[in-house]
Amino acid sequence: MMSMLKGRAFGITIPIIAILFGFLAGAVIMLFSGNNPITGYTALVNGIVGDTYQFGETLQRMTPLIFSGIAVAFAFRTGLLNIGVEGQLIVGWFTSVYVGLAIDPPMIIHLPLAILAGAVAGALWGFVPGLLKARFQVHEVIVTIMMNYIAMHVTNSLIRTYLLDSGQRTGFINSSASLESEFLSELTQFSRLHWGFLIAAAACVLMWFILWKTKKGFELRSVGFNKNASLYAGMNVDQNIVLSMSVSGAFAGIGGAMVGLGTYGYANILPTFTNIGFDGIAVALLGASSSIGIFLAAFLFGGLQQGANMMQSQAGVAPELVEIIIALIILFVASSYIIRWALDRLQSRKEEK
Amino acid sequence: MEYVIEMNNIRKEFPGIVANDNITLQVKQGEIHALLGENGAGKSTLMNVLFGLYQPERGEIKVRGEKVNITDPNVANDLGIGMVHQHFMLVQNFSVTENIILGSEPTSRGSINLRKAEKDVQEISDRYGLRVDPRAKIEDISVGMQQRAEILKTLYRGADILIFDEPTGALTPPEIKELIQIMHNLIKEGKSIILITHKLKEILEVCDRCTVIRRGVGIGTVDVADSTENSLAEMMVGREVSFKVEKTPASPKETVLSVKNLVVEDSRKVSVVNNLNLDVREGEIVGIAGVDGNGQTELVEALTGLRKIKSGSINITGKDTTKFKPRKITEVGVGHIPQDRHKHGLVLDFTIGENMVLQTYYQKPYTKTGILNYQSMYEKAKVLIEEFDVRTPSEKTPARALSGGNQQKAIIAREVDRSPALLIAAQPTRGLDVGAIEFIHKKLIEERDKGRAILLVSLELEEVLNVSDRIAVIYEGEIVSVVEADKTNEQELGLLMAGSVKEAGETTS
Repeated sequence: MMSMLKGRAFGITIPIIAILFGFLAGAVIMLFSGNNPITGYTALVNGIVGDTYQFGETLQRMTPLIFSGIAVAFAFRTGLLNIGVEGQLIVGWFTSVYVGLAIDPPMIIHLPLAILAGAVAGALWGFVPGLLKARFQVHEVIVTIMMNYIAMHVTNSLIRTYLLDSGQRTGFINSSASLESEFLSELTQFSRLHWGFLIAAAACVLMWFILWKTKKGFELRSVGFNKNASLYAGMNVDQNIVLSMSVSGAFAGIGGAMVGLGTYGYANILPTFTNIGFDGIAVALLGASSSIGIFLAAFLFGGLQQGANMMQSQAGVAPELVEIIIALIILFVASSYIIRWALDRLQSRKEEK
Repeated sequence: MEYVIEMNNIRKEFPGIVANDNITLQVKQGEIHALLGENGAGKSTLMNVLFGLYQPERGEIKVRGEKVNITDPNVANDLGIGMVHQHFMLVQNFSVTENIILGSEPTSRGSINLRKAEKDVQEISDRYGLRVDPRAKIEDISVGMQQRAEILKTLYRGADILIFDEPTGALTPPEIKELIQIMHNLIKEGKSIILITHKLKEILEVCDRCTVIRRGVGIGTVDVADSTENSLAEMMVGREVSFKVEKTPASPKETVLSVKNLVVEDSRKVSVVNNLNLDVREGEIVGIAGVDGNGQTELVEALTGLRKIKSGSINITGKDTTKFKPRKITEVGVGHIPQDRHKHGLVLDFTIGENMVLQTYYQKPYTKTGILNYQSMYEKAKVLIEEFDVRTPSEKTPARALSGGNQQKAIIAREVDRSPALLIAAQPTRGLDVGAIEFIHKKLIEERDKGRAILLVSLELEEVLNVSDRIAVIYEGEIVSVVEADKTNEQELGLLMAGSVKEAGETTS
C-alpha cells in the first residue's frame, strides 16, 4: 500500500484522500446538525446514480464544468492564472445563443458555427488579458477578474436592450443550432443530457493532445515552467502567453455554448455569476490540471451538485452541505503538503518497526 | 570517546539510485574534517542523513560514542549538530538577531526579548571573531557577513559540531581568508567541523583529515598532511587528473564572429558595453578575462539576441545578426552555454530528453507537421547522454533530479551537438568539480580542433589562461587589450583587468 504512494500513484492518492476527508467532515457536520449521515449520503448517491434520469442530469451538469476546468488548467500549464473563465463562459454562452437565434441555415453549418462563435467570443475575452500581460506586464488575475464583471453586465445589457423575449430571457434558439439529443434524453428518462457531453469528452482528449503531443504544446509547457530558458531557447514567450490565454478563453467559451445551445436553449439576464467558471478552478485543482483528472473531478462536482437536491428531499439535509463538502475537498487538496507530510511520517514509523 | 561523530556503513537509496553505499565517516573531537567528492557523489545526501532530513536504509550513527536515531533536524539540533547551508536560509528583511532567534525566540510573558538576544548574539560574535552587527538587516550586508550570520545561528543554538556545505562558493578571496580564520577560532574553542567541498586547495589549507566518496561509495579517509592535490583528486575521480590542459597550438582560419563598435545598455539604460570590438576565428578559443560586472553578461546576451543592441554591429559567419532574434541566431549556428544553468540553460521540470531538444524541438525529426515525435527525441537524448557521460537514471528523468555537474554536461552536450559555427561558453565550469572541469575543457579544445570558433567568458583567470589561445581583456565594457595566451601571465592580466597599474592597487583592498 505504502509503495503505491511513491512516484506516479502519489498524484492520485492525495485527491482521493482529500475527497475522503471532505466527506468525513461532511458526515460530522450532519451529525452535529441532527441528521443521520448514512441516510444523507445514501440519498446523495441516489441523487447521482440512483436512476438514469439523475445520472443523465449529472452528466449534463458536468459538461460545462469540464470545459471550465480545461480552460483553467490550460492557462495554468503555461504559468498563467485565468480567473476569467467565468466571464469567458458568459460571453461564449451569449454569442452562441445569438448566432443560434439570428440566422437559420441548415444544421450542419449552423450548429458548428454557433459553437465556433462561442469559442471566438471566449477567446477574445482571454486574448485581452493575455495581450496586456505580454505587452505591459499587467497581472492577468486582476484583469481577468474585472473582465468577468464586464462580461456579465455587457451581456445582460445586450439581452435587455435587444433580445428580451419573455421575462428575463431571450427567445429559444432555432433547432438547427440546438445540441439537444432526443436519443440521449430518452435514454435517461428525459433528462437534459445533450450532445455537448460527448464534445466535452473530446475536448479532454484535445487538451491532452495539444499540450503533450504538439510542437506548440511543448512551447506552452516550457514557457509555463521557465520563461527565461524558453526565451533563451528562441521561443516567443509573449506570443505564447497571448495564445495560451486565447485558447483557454476559447475552451471556456465553448463551455458557455454547451449551456446555451444544449441545456437551456436560450440566454438569460444573470442576476449573479453562474459560478461554473469559478468551479472550473476547483475542478482543475482537484484534477491536477490533467485531462483525466479534470473529467473525473467534473463528474464528482457535477454529481454532488445534482445529488444535493435528492439529499434535501429524501433525507432533509440542507443542499448547502454539498457546497461545504466541495469547499473542504478543495481545502484538503490545497493543503496537500500536510497530507504528504503525514503520509511520510506514517511511512517512516512503519519502517522502524 | 575518540570520535564525536561516527557514521558507520551508511546506505541510502532513492528510487532507481543508490546515493550512499557503505560509507563510513568518523570525525574526531576538535578537527576540521573534509568530506570530498565530485558533484553528485553523495556528499549532501550523507550530510542530510546526519542532519535528520533522510533516514538511512542501513548503518548506524553514533554521536559522542552513543548510538542515536536522528529522525528529524530538531533531534540533530539537540545533539549539538548545526548546519551552515550552501544557500543561506535567512529572511531578507529581518535583522541578523531576528534571523538567529527565529524559531527559538527568548520570550518573557509572551513578548520577545530582543535586547537580551542582541546581547547574546554580540557576545558569541565577539568570542569567535565573527564581526557581525546583530542589528543589521540581512538585505544590507555582504554575502560573507550573511554566511557569518548563518554560523552564528548554529552557535546560538548550542551546536558544537558544525557542518559547512560548500561554504566558499559565493565568497570573494578575502572573505574566504576570513572564513578560514573563523574555522580555526571555532576549533580553538573546542568545536568540530565537517567541511563539504570539492575544492582541493581549501582542503590542503585548512583540514586535518579527509574522507573521500566517489559515486556514492566510501573510498577512504586520509590524513591531509600526507596528501597532495594530485593524490586527493585521484581518490575523488578514480583516475589521474591533469590540472594542466593539454592542447596543441591553434591554427585559426576564417573569421566567424566579428563585433564592431558594439554598444549595449543594461536595464537601467546605462551603457555597459562601450564601443567593443572583437574577432573570433575558426579553430581558436578566445577567452574574455575581466572582473565580474564589466559588461561580460551583457555582451553575451547581445551576441545571442537576448538583449537589444544600442549601436554597432555583430557579424556571424558573414551574416549580419545585429537585429536577429534568439531563434534566428541559433539557426545561424551559434551555441550558447549560459552562465546561469537553472535560469537559462534548462527547464528543470522537463525531462533530460526534452531539454536536449530545447532549441531544436520544432525541427525534423522531433516535429513533423506540428506533432512531436517523442521517440526520436529520446533516442537522440540517449546518444548524447552516452557520448557526454551524463549520469542520469534515464533520459526520462526530470532535469531537476540531476546533480549540477551532470546538468551542465547535458547543456554542453546539447550546445556542442547542434554543431555551431560559434560556441559561446559563459562560465562553463562554475561550481563544478575537477573531474567535470577537466572534461569540459577537453571538450572545448576538441571542438576547437574540429574547426569551430569558441568564445570563452570566465571569471576564473586560471581557466582563461589554460584554455584560451588568445585572451581579450574586458574593462568597463571595452576590450582594452588582446594578448596571446602563451605570452602572458596572471600578473599581467590582473593589471589589465583592473584598468591600469595605478588602479590595480585600489581594487585589491
